[in-house]
Amino acid sequence: MNDITAAAAPEAARKRHGSLLVQDARTKTRNASETRFRRLGLLAVALGMLALVGLLGSILSNGLSAFKQTYLQVEVFLDPAKLDKTGSGDLAQIAKVSTFGYAPLIQAAMQGAAKEAGVDTSALPAKALGQMVSKEAPATLRNFVLASPEKIGQTVSFSLLANGRIDGYFKGRVTMESAALDRNISPEQLAFADQLKAAGVLETKFNWAFFTAPDASDTRPEAAGLGVAILGSIYMMLIVLCLSLPLGVAASIYLEEFAPKNRFTDLIEVNISNLAAVPSIVFGILGLAIFINLVGLPQSAPIVGGLVLTLMTLPTIIIATRAALKSVPPSIRDAALGVGASKMQSIFHHVLPLAMPGILTGAIIGLAQALGETAPLLLIGMVAFVREYPAGPPEGLFDPAAALPVQVYNWTQRGDPAFVERASGAIIVLLVFLIVMNTAAILLRRKFERRW
Amino acid sequence: MTQTSLKITARNCQVYYGETHAIKDVSVDIADNTVTAFIGPSGCGKSTFLRCLNRMNDTIDVCRVTGDILLDGEDIYDAKVDPVQLRAKVGMVFQKPNPFPKSIYDNVAYGPKIHGLARTKAELDEIVETALKRAALWGEVKDRLLAPGTGLSGGQQQRLCIARAIATSPEVLLMDEPCSALDPIATAQVEELIDELRRDYSVVIVTHSMQQAARVSQKTAFFHLGNLVEFGDTSQIFTKPSDPRTESYITGRIG
Ligand SMILES: Nc1ncnc2c1ncn2[C@@H]1O[C@H](COP(=O)(O)OP(=O)(O)OP(=O)(O)O)[C@@H](O)[C@H]1O
Ligand SMILES: [Mg+2]
Repeated sequence: MNDITAAAAPEAARKRHGSLLVQDARTKTRNASETRFRRLGLLAVALGMLALVGLLGSILSNGLSAFKQTYLQVEVFLDPAKLDKTGSGDLAQIAKVSTFGYAPLIQAAMQGAAKEAGVDTSALPAKALGQMVSKEAPATLRNFVLASPEKIGQTVSFSLLANGRIDGYFKGRVTMESAALDRNISPEQLAFADQLKAAGVLETKFNWAFFTAPDASDTRPEAAGLGVAILGSIYMMLIVLCLSLPLGVAASIYLEEFAPKNRFTDLIEVNISNLAAVPSIVFGILGLAIFINLVGLPQSAPIVGGLVLTLMTLPTIIIATRAALKSVPPSIRDAALGVGASKMQSIFHHVLPLAMPGILTGAIIGLAQALGETAPLLLIGMVAFVREYPAGPPEGLFDPAAALPVQVYNWTQRGDPAFVERASGAIIVLLVFLIVMNTAAILLRRKFERRW
Repeated sequence: MTQTSLKITARNCQVYYGETHAIKDVSVDIADNTVTAFIGPSGCGKSTFLRCLNRMNDTIDVCRVTGDILLDGEDIYDAKVDPVQLRAKVGMVFQKPNPFPKSIYDNVAYGPKIHGLARTKAELDEIVETALKRAALWGEVKDRLLAPGTGLSGGQQQRLCIARAIATSPEVLLMDEPCSALDPIATAQVEELIDELRRDYSVVIVTHSMQQAARVSQKTAFFHLGNLVEFGDTSQIFTKPSDPRTESYITGRIG
């Protein structure tokens, strides 16, 4: 090798590549496409966020008011002449007085409250005064009297639900103009409500009853609550969790680790993937045909809903679990087998803990799906109007109950606009449940991941 | 050299991965208290044959083994043999370090635990310490036994795997390139360990380093394209190989 070529070689190389300080054409196009891709990604994320904000905004603005409720603080004289005409104190006699019999007491109480507050009620007949209180109120009084008949003849302080229209007035849903066209409420009643509010008789409180009360009929949206629906959903989630998690994980472990790889297992695999894609209403039909018609389980019961949702959740859990098991490096299994662990030991001591975060995520996604599922529940009769709380588990699983998403659907079907507010409120409750579940999933994930 | 008995006898062993014929008619005798080295170019089937000796190939669906492999005169592929029981007798260190994602202590203690080798915590501690010391890792990890084994360096991980394998006190130890990720010092330590292990065990080691094979082994088997080309005393293989292929491999012409 002579001196000239040795000196020329680096020179030629530099010419071929150009200066590092100037970007060449290829670098420029490469960087430009990278920038474009990043912008697109950002745009996609921004659009997603926007949609989410819009959705949450509309639900919150419609539904937050459901967590406040207007109450009337009144003194009711439990008139023995109306409630216990014989004066015997006999509960059977008292029970004969229907809720209609309590209406005069409420009217009187309203008049009393107005007088106490120094509000002039001459413009309103007694009947109109009574109408300002919820149709639920007589039932509240009657239940109270039947529970403690010794109070008859006394004056008792009650916090009675205000009529839904009055409640709507303070939430901005009802105006003087709309009241003028509404035969359920008059502007005079609203004006009177304003005065009562100023006098402190009428007040807006946090609506605990929304979480505890059962559903109410079309004419009394102010009394409608989610109690039965929440309980029903919790029952169903318990069933789904207790059945689908162990079943799904066991099935996945068998399929992934033990089953021979042949046509038959391939067929099973294809079927599981297909099941995950089956529309949920089909599971409802299946539930109706098998659990209700064939096995004879009761309609509207959480047990049937839970079983149907379990069937629906199983494929999700199986697919997630198998993916989690697959992602555990084979070298870990080899390591365990290499020190003389059995297959079972290698799976339960090493593979499963590593797959746990994935399994949990799958399970919670499945549960969250099940919690929000409506269609199959409609088919098995969970849309029925249920005012009785189901008993405690396990018997309660066979009692009729509602479910949160079905309750939302149900309320959106009702005529009174107050139910729209309730439905949005129910959606918020449902979302909170989902957030809690997802947070639990994340926390559990963290906990298991920390074990490397 | 002391009189040694045969530990493993392989006769006409064939291994197929589906259609691939990976091991062709291999017969070797592996003596007790001896280090046997498997050498040969990459892909010639050293790992495959090694995995036959403790039936790790059972975990590969497409893998099929024929022929006889006897451990202490018993056919390890006999239908009555439980591979789990076999693997407790024939330990293995893998080509790639694969510690459990658990603490260093748990990594070593796992084998003794599942085989019930320790009755008390103190006994277990003792086993773990001895194993780590023999694997030349104790000094580096004695203060962080509860730290994750996966957090160690590659070489340390490999020594941890060695410690894990010897903690169950197997009768045969199969080592697949145990030193490929180690620095010269750690390699020297592991080689010393192998030499020491020879007193109690039969050791089979796969290695790509001719020097290592020459240093630690008494017997050497040279594999080429799935065939066992030559098997004999290490000194004889490295000084006067009888097969021209062996000679070209150890002198660096094929591989
Ligand atoms: N799991 C497997 N499935 C199919 N073929 C395999 C499998 N493992 C190994 N083989 C094939 O068997 C032959 C021998 O492989 P093996 O791993 O035993 O080689 P090796 O001698 O250990 O090589 P190296 O020194 O690189 O580790 C190779 O041709 C390889 O492609
Ligand atoms: Mg190998």
